[in-house]
Amino acid sequence: MTTATTLGMRDTFTTTVTELLDEDPRLAVVLAEISADRLTEAAARHPDRVINVGIREQLLVSVAGGLALSGMRPIAHTFSAFLVERPFEQVKLDFAHQDVGGILVGSGGSYDISFGGRTHMSPGDVALMDSLPGWTIQVPGHPAEAAALLRADAARDDAVYLRLSEQSNARPYATDGAMTVLKRGREGVVLVVGALADNALAATEQLDVTVLYTPTVRPLDVRTLRSAVFTANTDVLLVEPYLRGTSTHAVAEALVDIPHRIAALGVDRGHELRGYGEPADHERAHGLDAASIAARARRFFHAGAPDGPVLRAG
Amino acid sequence: MTTTAELTYTDLPALMRRLAGDEKHNAAAESTVDVIWVLYDSVLDIGPHNLDDPGRDRFLLSKGHGPMAFYAVLAAKGLLPAGDLDGWGTFESRLGGHPDRTLVPGAEISSGSLGHGLPIGLGLVLGWRATGRTGPRAVVLVGDAELDEGSNNEAIEYAGRLGLEQLTVVVVDNSSSTYGWPGGIERRFTLEGWTGRTVDGRDHDALRVAFTEPHPGRPLVVVASVEKKGA
Repeated sequence: MTTATTLGMRDTFTTTVTELLDEDPRLAVVLAEISADRLTEAAARHPDRVINVGIREQLLVSVAGGLALSGMRPIAHTFSAFLVERPFEQVKLDFAHQDVGGILVGSGGSYDISFGGRTHMSPGDVALMDSLPGWTIQVPGHPAEAAALLRADAARDDAVYLRLSEQSNARPYATDGAMTVLKRGREGVVLVVGALADNALAATEQLDVTVLYTPTVRPLDVRTLRSAVFTANTDVLLVEPYLRGTSTHAVAEALVDIPHRIAALGVDRGHELRGYGEPADHERAHGLDAASIAARARRFFHAGAPDGPVLRAG
Repeated sequence: MTTTAELTYTDLPALMRRLAGDEKHNAAAESTVDVIWVLYDSVLDIGPHNLDDPGRDRFLLSKGHGPMAFYAVLAAKGLLPAGDLDGWGTFESRLGGHPDRTLVPGAEISSGSLGHGLPIGLGLVLGWRATGRTGPRAVVLVGDAELDEGSNNEAIEYAGRLGLEQLTVVVVDNSSSTYGWPGGIERRFTLEGWTGRTVDGRDHDALRVAFTEPHPGRPLVVVASVEKKGA
Protein backbone atom coordinates (compact mmCIF):
# COMPACT_ATOMS: atom_id res chain seq x y z
CA MET A 1 0.00 0.00 0.00
CA THR A 2 1.55 3.26 -1.07
CA THR A 3 -1.19 5.34 0.47
CA ALA A 4 -0.39 6.79 3.86
CA THR A 5 -3.02 5.75 6.35
CA THR A 6 -2.81 9.08 8.15
CA LEU A 7 -4.89 10.57 5.34
CA GLY A 8 -8.66 10.67 5.69
CA MET A 9 -10.79 8.66 3.31
CA ARG A 10 -11.41 11.46 0.84
CA ASP A 11 -7.70 12.26 0.55
CA THR A 12 -6.96 8.56 0.37
CA PHE A 13 -9.45 8.33 -2.49
CA THR A 14 -7.82 11.13 -4.50
CA THR A 15 -4.33 9.76 -3.83
CA THR A 16 -5.31 6.22 -4.80
CA VAL A 17 -7.23 7.28 -7.87
CA THR A 18 -4.22 9.34 -9.02
CA GLU A 19 -2.13 6.17 -8.85
CA LEU A 20 -4.81 4.09 -10.58
CA LEU A 21 -5.13 6.54 -13.48
CA ASP A 22 -1.39 6.08 -14.15
CA GLU A 23 -1.78 2.31 -14.09
CA ASP A 24 -5.00 1.62 -15.99
CA PRO A 25 -5.88 3.46 -19.23
CA ARG A 26 -9.44 2.14 -18.97
CA LEU A 27 -10.19 4.33 -15.94
CA ALA A 28 -11.71 7.80 -16.06
CA VAL A 29 -12.70 10.03 -13.16
CA VAL A 30 -15.74 12.28 -13.43
CA LEU A 31 -16.13 15.19 -11.03
CA ALA A 32 -18.60 17.99 -10.39
CA GLU A 33 -16.08 20.46 -8.89
CA ILE A 34 -15.91 18.64 -5.55
CA SER A 35 -12.34 17.29 -5.04
CA ALA A 36 -11.17 18.72 -8.39
CA ASP A 37 -8.64 20.79 -6.42
CA ARG A 38 -7.19 17.54 -5.06
CA LEU A 39 -6.80 15.96 -8.49
CA THR A 40 -4.98 18.72 -10.38
CA GLU A 41 -1.84 16.61 -10.77
CA ALA A 42 -3.82 13.70 -12.22
CA ALA A 43 -5.73 16.08 -14.49
CA ALA A 44 -2.48 17.51 -15.82
CA ARG A 45 -1.20 14.03 -16.66
CA HIS A 46 -4.50 12.67 -17.99
CA PRO A 47 -6.55 15.62 -19.22
CA ASP A 48 -9.02 13.42 -21.08
CA ARG A 49 -9.53 11.04 -18.16
CA VAL A 50 -10.08 13.53 -15.34
CA ILE A 51 -13.37 15.09 -16.38
CA ASN A 52 -14.80 17.96 -14.33
CA VAL A 53 -18.28 18.80 -15.62
CA GLY A 54 -18.79 21.78 -13.32
CA ILE A 55 -21.63 21.92 -10.81
CA ARG A 56 -23.81 19.61 -12.88
CA GLU A 57 -24.59 16.48 -10.93
CA GLN A 58 -27.10 14.96 -13.35
CA LEU A 59 -24.46 15.26 -16.03
CA LEU A 60 -21.82 13.86 -13.67
CA VAL A 61 -23.70 10.58 -13.40
CA SER A 62 -24.90 10.33 -17.00
CA VAL A 63 -21.46 11.11 -18.43
CA ALA A 64 -20.08 8.29 -16.32
CA GLY A 65 -22.73 5.98 -17.77
CA GLY A 66 -21.81 7.09 -21.28
CA LEU A 67 -18.12 6.50 -20.59
CA ALA A 68 -19.01 2.95 -19.55
CA LEU A 69 -20.92 2.49 -22.82
CA SER A 70 -17.71 3.45 -24.65
CA GLY A 71 -15.86 0.65 -22.85
CA MET A 72 -14.20 2.68 -20.11
CA ARG A 73 -14.40 2.15 -16.36
CA PRO A 74 -15.81 5.39 -14.92
CA ILE A 75 -15.39 6.63 -11.36
CA ALA A 76 -17.87 9.38 -10.53
CA HIS A 77 -17.33 11.29 -7.33
CA THR A 78 -18.86 14.02 -5.20
CA PHE A 79 -20.51 14.29 -1.80
CA SER A 80 -23.04 11.49 -1.31
CA ALA A 81 -25.99 13.89 -1.09
CA PHE A 82 -25.23 15.22 -4.58
CA LEU A 83 -24.12 11.89 -6.04
CA VAL A 84 -26.96 9.61 -4.99
CA GLU A 85 -29.91 11.67 -3.81
CA ARG A 86 -29.94 14.65 -6.20
CA PRO A 87 -29.45 12.67 -9.47
CA PHE A 88 -31.02 9.42 -8.29
CA GLU A 89 -32.86 8.76 -11.54
CA GLN A 90 -29.58 9.05 -13.43
CA VAL A 91 -28.10 6.50 -11.03
CA LYS A 92 -31.12 4.26 -11.54
CA LEU A 93 -31.20 4.43 -15.34
CA ASP A 94 -27.71 5.19 -16.65
CA PHE A 95 -25.73 2.24 -15.25
CA ALA A 96 -27.31 -1.09 -14.37
CA HIS A 97 -30.40 -0.40 -16.48
CA GLN A 98 -28.08 0.17 -19.46
CA ASP A 99 -26.29 -3.07 -18.55
CA VAL A 100 -23.04 -1.25 -17.79
CA GLY A 101 -21.05 -0.82 -14.60
CA GLY A 102 -19.19 1.99 -12.95
CA ILE A 103 -17.96 3.17 -9.58
CA LEU A 104 -19.77 5.88 -7.65
CA VAL A 105 -17.57 7.24 -4.87
CA GLY A 106 -19.55 9.30 -2.39
CA SER A 107 -17.88 11.16 0.42
CA GLY A 108 -19.26 12.91 3.47
CA GLY A 109 -20.91 9.88 5.02
CA SER A 110 -24.10 10.35 6.97
CA TYR A 111 -23.19 13.40 9.03
CA ASP A 112 -19.51 14.13 8.34
CA ILE A 113 -20.49 17.56 7.10
CA SER A 114 -22.44 18.29 10.27
CA PHE A 115 -21.61 21.99 10.09
CA GLY A 116 -23.30 22.06 6.67
CA GLY A 117 -26.64 20.91 8.01
CA ARG A 118 -29.28 18.70 6.42
CA THR A 119 -28.52 19.75 2.82
CA HIS A 120 -25.08 18.14 3.06
CA MET A 121 -26.13 15.02 4.94
CA SER A 122 -27.25 11.84 3.24
CA PRO A 123 -28.04 9.11 5.76
CA GLY A 124 -30.50 7.58 3.28
CA ASP A 125 -27.99 6.96 0.49
CA VAL A 126 -27.34 3.30 1.25
CA ALA A 127 -31.06 2.55 1.52
CA LEU A 128 -31.61 4.24 -1.85
CA MET A 129 -28.79 2.32 -3.52
CA ASP A 130 -30.14 -0.85 -1.93
CA SER A 131 -33.39 -0.31 -3.86
CA LEU A 132 -31.52 -0.81 -7.15
CA PRO A 133 -30.74 -4.31 -8.38
CA GLY A 134 -27.21 -5.17 -9.38
CA TRP A 135 -25.21 -2.80 -7.19
CA THR A 136 -22.36 -3.68 -4.85
CA ILE A 137 -22.41 -1.35 -1.83
CA GLN A 138 -19.28 -0.74 0.22
CA VAL A 139 -18.96 1.29 3.41
CA PRO A 140 -15.31 1.18 4.52
CA GLY A 141 -14.45 1.86 8.15
CA HIS A 142 -10.84 2.89 7.59
CA PRO A 143 -8.93 4.77 4.86
CA ALA A 144 -6.84 1.68 4.10
CA GLU A 145 -10.04 -0.28 3.49
CA ALA A 146 -11.26 2.46 1.16
CA ALA A 147 -8.02 2.28 -0.84
CA ALA A 148 -8.10 -1.51 -1.05
CA LEU A 149 -11.77 -1.54 -2.08
CA LEU A 150 -11.21 1.09 -4.76
CA ARG A 151 -8.27 -0.82 -6.22
CA ALA A 152 -10.31 -4.02 -6.41
CA ASP A 153 -13.37 -2.20 -7.77
CA ALA A 154 -11.31 -0.56 -10.51
CA ALA A 155 -10.29 -3.95 -11.85
CA ARG A 156 -13.87 -5.21 -12.09
CA ASP A 157 -16.80 -4.36 -14.36
CA ASP A 158 -19.79 -4.21 -12.03
CA ALA A 159 -21.72 -1.28 -10.58
CA VAL A 160 -20.33 -0.21 -7.21
CA TYR A 161 -21.27 2.41 -4.66
CA LEU A 162 -18.22 3.14 -2.50
CA ARG A 163 -19.33 5.28 0.39
CA LEU A 164 -16.59 7.22 2.17
CA SER A 165 -16.61 8.96 5.50
CA GLU A 166 -14.03 10.84 7.52
CA GLN A 167 -14.96 8.72 10.54
CA SER A 168 -12.58 5.83 11.04
CA ASN A 169 -11.83 2.80 13.16
CA ALA A 170 -8.34 2.52 14.64
CA ARG A 171 -7.38 -0.29 12.29
CA PRO A 172 -8.48 -1.69 8.94
CA TYR A 173 -10.05 -5.10 8.44
CA ALA A 174 -10.51 -7.41 5.46
CA THR A 175 -12.14 -6.03 2.32
CA ASP A 176 -12.69 -9.24 0.39
CA GLY A 177 -16.46 -9.21 0.88
CA ALA A 178 -16.38 -11.54 3.89
CA MET A 179 -17.32 -10.43 7.39
CA THR A 180 -14.53 -10.31 9.96
CA VAL A 181 -15.24 -11.91 13.33
CA LEU A 182 -14.00 -9.30 15.82
CA LYS A 183 -14.90 -11.39 18.86
CA ARG A 184 -16.85 -14.52 19.67
CA GLY A 185 -19.53 -14.96 22.34
CA ARG A 186 -22.67 -16.91 23.15
CA GLU A 187 -25.45 -14.47 23.96
CA GLY A 188 -26.02 -13.09 20.51
CA VAL A 189 -24.50 -11.42 17.47
CA VAL A 190 -23.65 -7.78 16.83
CA LEU A 191 -23.21 -6.97 13.14
CA VAL A 192 -21.47 -3.63 12.70
CA VAL A 193 -20.76 -1.76 9.47
CA GLY A 194 -18.07 0.79 8.64
CA ALA A 195 -16.53 3.21 11.08
CA LEU A 196 -18.71 2.15 14.03
CA ALA A 197 -16.68 -1.02 14.67
CA ASP A 198 -14.59 0.53 17.45
CA ASN A 199 -17.72 1.85 19.17
CA ALA A 200 -19.38 -1.55 18.91
CA LEU A 201 -16.33 -3.30 20.34
CA ALA A 202 -16.08 -0.88 23.25
CA ALA A 203 -19.83 -1.18 23.85
CA THR A 204 -19.72 -4.97 24.04
CA GLU A 205 -16.57 -5.29 26.15
CA GLN A 206 -18.57 -6.63 29.10
CA LEU A 207 -20.95 -8.70 26.96
CA ASP A 208 -20.54 -12.30 25.90
CA VAL A 209 -21.52 -11.71 22.28
CA THR A 210 -20.08 -12.32 18.83
CA VAL A 211 -19.19 -9.14 16.95
CA LEU A 212 -19.08 -9.29 13.17
CA TYR A 213 -17.71 -6.46 11.06
CA THR A 214 -18.16 -5.77 7.37
CA PRO A 215 -17.37 -2.92 4.98
CA THR A 216 -19.35 -4.74 2.27
CA VAL A 217 -23.06 -4.13 2.77
CA ARG A 218 -24.33 -5.64 -0.49
CA PRO A 219 -23.99 -8.42 -1.16
CA LEU A 220 -24.03 -9.28 2.53
CA ASP A 221 -21.80 -12.17 3.61
CA VAL A 222 -24.67 -14.45 4.56
CA ARG A 223 -22.41 -17.44 5.18
CA THR A 224 -20.46 -15.86 8.04
CA LEU A 225 -23.63 -14.37 9.54
CA ARG A 226 -25.39 -17.75 9.55
CA SER A 227 -22.36 -19.48 10.96
CA ALA A 228 -22.26 -16.89 13.78
CA VAL A 229 -25.90 -17.36 14.77
CA PHE A 230 -25.41 -21.15 14.73
CA THR A 231 -22.73 -20.83 17.39
CA ALA A 232 -24.41 -18.14 19.49
CA ASN A 233 -27.88 -17.06 20.49
CA THR A 234 -29.84 -16.04 17.37
CA ASP A 235 -30.46 -12.45 18.51
CA VAL A 236 -28.86 -10.03 16.04
CA LEU A 237 -28.12 -6.39 16.82
CA LEU A 238 -27.41 -4.47 13.64
CA VAL A 239 -25.27 -1.32 13.96
CA GLU A 240 -25.05 0.80 10.80
CA PRO A 241 -23.69 4.35 10.36
CA TYR A 242 -26.63 5.41 8.14
CA LEU A 243 -30.41 5.10 8.14
CA ARG A 244 -31.53 2.77 10.93
CA GLY A 245 -32.63 -0.65 9.74
CA THR A 246 -31.21 -0.32 6.23
CA SER A 247 -29.96 -3.92 6.37
CA THR A 248 -32.71 -5.39 8.56
CA HIS A 249 -34.39 -6.99 5.54
CA ALA A 250 -31.10 -8.49 4.34
CA VAL A 251 -30.40 -10.02 7.75
CA ALA A 252 -34.00 -11.28 8.01
CA GLU A 253 -33.75 -12.91 4.59
CA ALA A 254 -30.42 -14.49 5.50
CA LEU A 255 -31.97 -16.01 8.63
CA VAL A 256 -35.40 -16.78 7.21
CA ASP A 257 -35.27 -20.44 8.27
CA ILE A 258 -33.96 -19.67 11.77
CA PRO A 259 -36.15 -18.27 14.58
CA HIS A 260 -34.41 -15.03 15.52
CA ARG A 261 -34.79 -11.46 16.76
CA ILE A 262 -33.29 -8.38 15.11
CA ALA A 263 -32.79 -4.90 16.51
CA ALA A 264 -31.25 -2.11 14.51
CA LEU A 265 -29.24 0.95 15.43
CA GLY A 266 -28.49 3.74 13.00
CA VAL A 267 -29.45 7.25 11.99
CA ASP A 268 -32.93 8.02 13.24
CA ARG A 269 -35.71 7.56 10.69
CA GLY A 270 -38.56 9.29 12.42
CA HIS A 271 -37.15 12.73 12.96
CA GLU A 272 -35.01 15.21 11.06
CA LEU A 273 -32.19 16.19 13.34
CA ARG A 274 -31.82 19.94 12.92
CA GLY A 275 -28.40 20.57 14.36
CA TYR A 276 -24.86 21.45 13.37
CA GLY A 277 -21.81 20.89 15.56
CA GLU A 278 -19.40 18.01 15.14
CA PRO A 279 -19.99 14.51 13.71
CA ALA A 280 -19.50 13.20 17.26
CA ASP A 281 -22.51 15.26 18.37
CA HIS A 282 -24.64 13.57 15.72
CA GLU A 283 -23.23 10.17 16.57
CA ARG A 284 -24.35 10.66 20.17
CA ALA A 285 -27.72 12.13 19.17
CA HIS A 286 -28.47 9.04 17.09
CA GLY A 287 -27.33 6.70 19.88
CA LEU A 288 -24.30 5.42 18.00
CA ASP A 289 -21.58 6.30 20.53
CA ALA A 290 -20.15 3.43 22.57
CA ALA A 291 -22.14 4.21 25.72
CA SER A 292 -25.46 4.35 23.88
CA ILE A 293 -24.73 1.18 21.92
CA ALA A 294 -23.77 -0.55 25.19
CA ALA A 295 -27.04 0.44 26.85
CA ARG A 296 -29.08 -0.72 23.87
CA ALA A 297 -27.12 -3.96 23.59
CA ARG A 298 -27.66 -4.81 27.26
CA ARG A 299 -31.39 -4.19 26.96
CA PHE A 300 -31.65 -6.22 23.77
CA PHE A 301 -29.52 -9.21 24.68
CA HIS A 302 -30.45 -9.44 28.36
CA ALA A 303 -33.98 -8.17 28.75
CA GLY A 304 -35.20 -8.78 25.23
CA ALA A 305 -36.85 -5.37 25.33
CA PRO A 306 -38.05 -3.98 22.01
CA ASP A 307 -36.03 -1.04 20.75
CA GLY A 308 -37.50 2.32 20.02
CA PRO A 309 -35.93 5.56 18.86
CA VAL A 310 -33.32 6.98 21.18
CA LEU A 311 -32.90 10.37 19.57
CA ARG A 312 -31.99 12.83 22.27
CA ALA A 313 -31.51 16.08 20.41
CA GLY A 314 -34.24 18.29 19.00
CA MET B 1 -26.00 -8.28 -46.08
CA THR B 2 -29.30 -9.91 -45.30
CA THR B 3 -32.25 -9.63 -47.63
CA THR B 4 -34.12 -7.44 -45.14
CA ALA B 5 -31.35 -4.83 -45.47
CA GLU B 6 -32.60 -4.19 -48.98
CA LEU B 7 -35.89 -2.78 -47.81
CA THR B 8 -36.43 0.88 -48.57
CA TYR B 9 -38.22 3.89 -47.19
CA THR B 10 -41.38 2.89 -48.99
CA ASP B 11 -41.48 -0.33 -46.97
CA LEU B 12 -41.61 1.53 -43.64
CA PRO B 13 -45.39 2.17 -43.56
CA ALA B 14 -46.07 -1.54 -43.92
CA LEU B 15 -43.58 -2.36 -41.19
CA MET B 16 -45.09 0.29 -38.91
CA ARG B 17 -48.60 -1.06 -39.52
CA ARG B 18 -47.44 -4.34 -37.98
CA LEU B 19 -46.90 -2.41 -34.77
CA ALA B 20 -50.60 -2.38 -34.01
CA GLY B 21 -51.88 -1.30 -30.63
CA ASP B 22 -50.95 1.91 -28.87
CA GLU B 23 -52.55 4.71 -30.88
CA LYS B 24 -51.57 7.42 -28.44
CA HIS B 25 -48.02 7.73 -29.64
CA ASN B 26 -48.57 7.30 -33.38
CA ALA B 27 -48.10 10.98 -34.17
CA ALA B 28 -44.86 11.06 -32.24
CA ALA B 29 -43.64 7.97 -34.04
CA GLU B 30 -44.36 9.47 -37.42
CA SER B 31 -42.59 12.72 -36.56
CA THR B 32 -39.29 10.86 -36.26
CA VAL B 33 -39.54 8.44 -39.17
CA ASP B 34 -37.78 10.54 -41.82
CA VAL B 35 -34.94 11.60 -39.54
CA ILE B 36 -34.27 8.05 -38.34
CA TRP B 37 -34.47 6.67 -41.87
CA VAL B 38 -31.99 9.18 -43.28
CA LEU B 39 -29.56 8.55 -40.42
CA TYR B 40 -29.57 4.78 -40.87
CA ASP B 41 -29.79 4.87 -44.66
CA SER B 42 -27.16 7.41 -45.59
CA VAL B 43 -25.46 9.12 -42.64
CA LEU B 44 -24.37 6.66 -39.98
CA ASP B 45 -22.33 3.51 -40.45
CA ILE B 46 -24.45 1.12 -38.39
CA GLY B 47 -25.68 -2.24 -39.54
CA PRO B 48 -25.55 -5.97 -38.94
CA HIS B 49 -21.95 -5.88 -40.19
CA ASN B 50 -20.59 -3.77 -37.32
CA LEU B 51 -23.00 -4.07 -34.40
CA ASP B 52 -20.23 -5.47 -32.18
CA ASP B 53 -17.54 -3.04 -33.37
CA PRO B 54 -16.71 -0.62 -30.52
CA GLY B 55 -15.79 1.95 -33.18
CA ARG B 56 -19.24 1.96 -34.84
CA ASP B 57 -21.36 5.08 -35.12
CA ARG B 58 -24.18 5.26 -32.59
CA PHE B 59 -27.76 6.42 -32.81
CA LEU B 60 -29.21 7.19 -29.38
CA LEU B 61 -32.97 7.48 -29.28
CA SER B 62 -33.36 9.68 -26.23
CA LYS B 63 -37.03 10.41 -26.86
CA GLY B 64 -37.95 6.79 -26.24
CA HIS B 65 -41.70 7.15 -26.51
CA GLY B 66 -43.29 6.49 -29.86
CA PRO B 67 -40.57 4.05 -30.91
CA MET B 68 -42.50 2.50 -33.82
CA ALA B 69 -40.51 4.35 -36.49
CA PHE B 70 -37.28 3.32 -34.77
CA TYR B 71 -38.29 -0.34 -34.62
CA ALA B 72 -39.42 -0.23 -38.24
CA VAL B 73 -36.11 1.24 -39.43
CA LEU B 74 -34.14 -1.33 -37.41
CA ALA B 75 -36.17 -4.05 -39.09
CA ALA B 76 -35.77 -2.51 -42.55
CA LYS B 77 -32.01 -2.33 -42.05
CA GLY B 78 -31.73 -5.94 -40.93
CA LEU B 79 -30.81 -5.11 -37.34
CA LEU B 80 -34.05 -6.48 -35.93
CA PRO B 81 -35.96 -9.50 -37.28
CA ALA B 82 -39.17 -8.15 -38.82
CA GLY B 83 -41.10 -10.90 -37.08
CA ASP B 84 -40.42 -9.12 -33.79
CA LEU B 85 -42.73 -6.31 -34.85
CA ASP B 86 -45.78 -8.54 -34.48
CA GLY B 87 -47.13 -8.68 -30.96
CA TRP B 88 -45.02 -5.81 -29.68
CA GLY B 89 -45.78 -4.60 -26.20
CA THR B 90 -46.92 -8.03 -25.07
CA PHE B 91 -45.13 -9.65 -22.15
CA GLU B 92 -43.41 -12.07 -24.50
CA SER B 93 -42.18 -9.38 -26.92
CA ARG B 94 -38.76 -7.75 -26.86
CA LEU B 95 -40.33 -4.54 -28.09
CA GLY B 96 -42.21 -2.22 -25.78
CA GLY B 97 -43.39 1.34 -25.41
CA HIS B 98 -39.86 2.44 -24.65
CA PRO B 99 -36.83 0.58 -26.03
CA ASP B 100 -34.62 -1.53 -23.76
CA ARG B 101 -31.09 -1.92 -25.11
CA THR B 102 -30.71 -5.33 -23.47
CA LEU B 103 -33.75 -6.60 -25.38
CA VAL B 104 -33.67 -4.81 -28.75
CA PRO B 105 -30.83 -5.63 -31.14
CA GLY B 106 -29.51 -2.32 -32.43
CA ALA B 107 -30.84 -0.16 -29.60
CA GLU B 108 -27.80 1.63 -28.19
CA ILE B 109 -29.53 2.93 -25.04
CA SER B 110 -32.55 2.10 -22.98
CA SER B 111 -34.71 5.19 -22.89
CA GLY B 112 -38.12 6.39 -21.81
CA SER B 113 -37.51 8.92 -19.09
CA LEU B 114 -36.66 12.14 -20.93
CA GLY B 115 -33.35 13.94 -20.72
CA HIS B 116 -30.97 11.00 -20.43
CA GLY B 117 -29.81 10.36 -24.01
CA LEU B 118 -27.86 13.55 -24.60
CA PRO B 119 -25.88 13.42 -21.32
CA ILE B 120 -25.13 9.75 -21.95
CA GLY B 121 -24.09 10.51 -25.54
CA LEU B 122 -21.77 13.19 -24.25
CA GLY B 123 -20.10 10.65 -21.97
CA LEU B 124 -19.79 8.23 -24.86
CA VAL B 125 -17.97 10.85 -26.94
CA LEU B 126 -15.71 11.71 -24.01
CA GLY B 127 -14.83 8.02 -23.80
CA TRP B 128 -13.92 8.02 -27.49
CA ARG B 129 -11.82 11.13 -26.99
CA ALA B 130 -9.96 9.58 -24.05
CA THR B 131 -9.14 6.48 -26.09
CA GLY B 132 -8.15 8.31 -29.27
CA ARG B 133 -11.15 7.07 -31.23
CA THR B 134 -11.71 9.95 -33.61
CA GLY B 135 -13.74 8.10 -36.24
CA PRO B 136 -17.24 7.40 -34.90
CA ARG B 137 -19.99 9.91 -34.28
CA ALA B 138 -22.92 9.78 -31.91
CA VAL B 139 -26.29 11.19 -32.96
CA VAL B 140 -28.86 11.73 -30.21
CA LEU B 141 -32.51 12.22 -31.11
CA VAL B 142 -34.51 14.41 -28.73
CA GLY B 143 -37.94 15.98 -28.99
CA ASP B 144 -38.50 19.73 -28.68
CA ALA B 145 -40.52 19.23 -25.50
CA GLU B 146 -37.83 16.94 -24.14
CA LEU B 147 -35.61 20.02 -23.94
CA ASP B 148 -37.81 21.09 -21.01
CA GLU B 149 -35.74 18.66 -18.93
CA GLY B 150 -32.89 20.59 -17.31
CA SER B 151 -30.45 17.70 -17.63
CA ASN B 152 -30.23 18.50 -21.35
CA ASN B 153 -29.02 21.99 -20.58
CA GLU B 154 -26.20 20.67 -18.43
CA ALA B 155 -25.03 18.67 -21.45
CA ILE B 156 -25.61 21.41 -24.04
CA GLU B 157 -23.46 23.81 -22.03
CA TYR B 158 -20.65 21.38 -21.35
CA ALA B 159 -20.46 19.83 -24.84
CA GLY B 160 -20.35 23.32 -26.34
CA ARG B 161 -17.49 24.43 -24.12
CA LEU B 162 -15.49 21.34 -24.99
CA GLY B 163 -16.22 21.59 -28.72
CA LEU B 164 -17.10 17.92 -29.06
CA GLU B 165 -17.31 17.53 -32.83
CA GLN B 166 -18.25 13.84 -32.65
CA LEU B 167 -21.54 14.69 -30.91
CA THR B 168 -24.67 15.54 -32.88
CA VAL B 169 -28.13 16.24 -31.51
CA VAL B 170 -31.15 16.12 -33.76
CA VAL B 171 -34.17 17.88 -32.30
CA VAL B 172 -37.37 16.68 -33.90
CA ASP B 173 -39.46 19.80 -33.48
CA ASN B 174 -43.19 19.25 -33.65
CA SER B 175 -43.89 22.29 -31.47
CA SER B 176 -45.06 20.12 -28.62
CA SER B 177 -43.34 22.03 -25.80
CA THR B 178 -46.02 23.85 -23.83
CA TYR B 179 -43.99 26.99 -23.27
CA GLY B 180 -41.93 26.98 -26.47
CA TRP B 181 -38.48 28.38 -27.19
CA PRO B 182 -38.48 32.13 -27.90
CA GLY B 183 -35.71 32.90 -30.38
CA GLY B 184 -35.73 29.34 -31.66
CA ILE B 185 -34.29 26.03 -30.55
CA GLU B 186 -31.14 26.31 -32.69
CA ARG B 187 -30.11 29.47 -30.86
CA ARG B 188 -30.18 27.67 -27.50
CA PHE B 189 -27.35 25.52 -28.79
CA THR B 190 -25.37 28.01 -30.88
CA LEU B 191 -25.16 30.38 -27.92
CA GLU B 192 -23.28 27.58 -26.13
CA GLY B 193 -20.84 27.03 -28.99
CA TRP B 194 -22.62 24.50 -31.17
CA THR B 195 -23.02 24.63 -34.93
CA GLY B 196 -26.74 24.82 -35.68
CA ARG B 197 -28.82 23.94 -38.72
CA THR B 198 -32.60 24.05 -39.01
CA VAL B 199 -34.16 22.06 -41.82
CA ASP B 200 -37.43 20.53 -42.98
CA GLY B 201 -37.66 17.30 -41.01
CA ARG B 202 -39.43 15.60 -43.92
CA ASP B 203 -36.85 16.56 -46.59
CA HIS B 204 -34.40 13.69 -46.89
CA ASP B 205 -31.84 15.58 -48.98
CA ALA B 206 -31.89 18.56 -46.63
CA LEU B 207 -31.50 16.29 -43.60
CA ARG B 208 -28.61 14.44 -45.25
CA VAL B 209 -26.77 17.67 -46.01
CA ALA B 210 -27.40 19.03 -42.53
CA PHE B 211 -26.00 15.89 -40.96
CA THR B 212 -22.96 15.56 -43.20
CA GLU B 213 -21.65 19.09 -43.86
CA PRO B 214 -18.52 19.69 -41.75
CA HIS B 215 -18.72 21.49 -38.40
CA PRO B 216 -15.08 21.49 -37.29
CA GLY B 217 -14.36 21.81 -33.59
CA ARG B 218 -18.00 22.12 -32.57
CA PRO B 219 -20.86 19.80 -31.73
CA LEU B 220 -23.73 19.92 -34.19
CA VAL B 221 -27.44 20.44 -33.63
CA VAL B 222 -29.88 19.74 -36.42
CA VAL B 223 -33.37 21.06 -35.72
CA ALA B 224 -35.72 18.97 -37.86
CA SER B 225 -38.99 20.85 -38.12
CA VAL B 226 -42.10 18.80 -38.71
CA GLU B 227 -45.80 19.58 -38.59
CA LYS B 228 -47.18 20.58 -35.21
CA LYS B 229 -48.20 17.71 -32.99
CA GLY B 230 -51.89 16.99 -33.44
CA ALA B 231 -52.10 19.12 -36.58
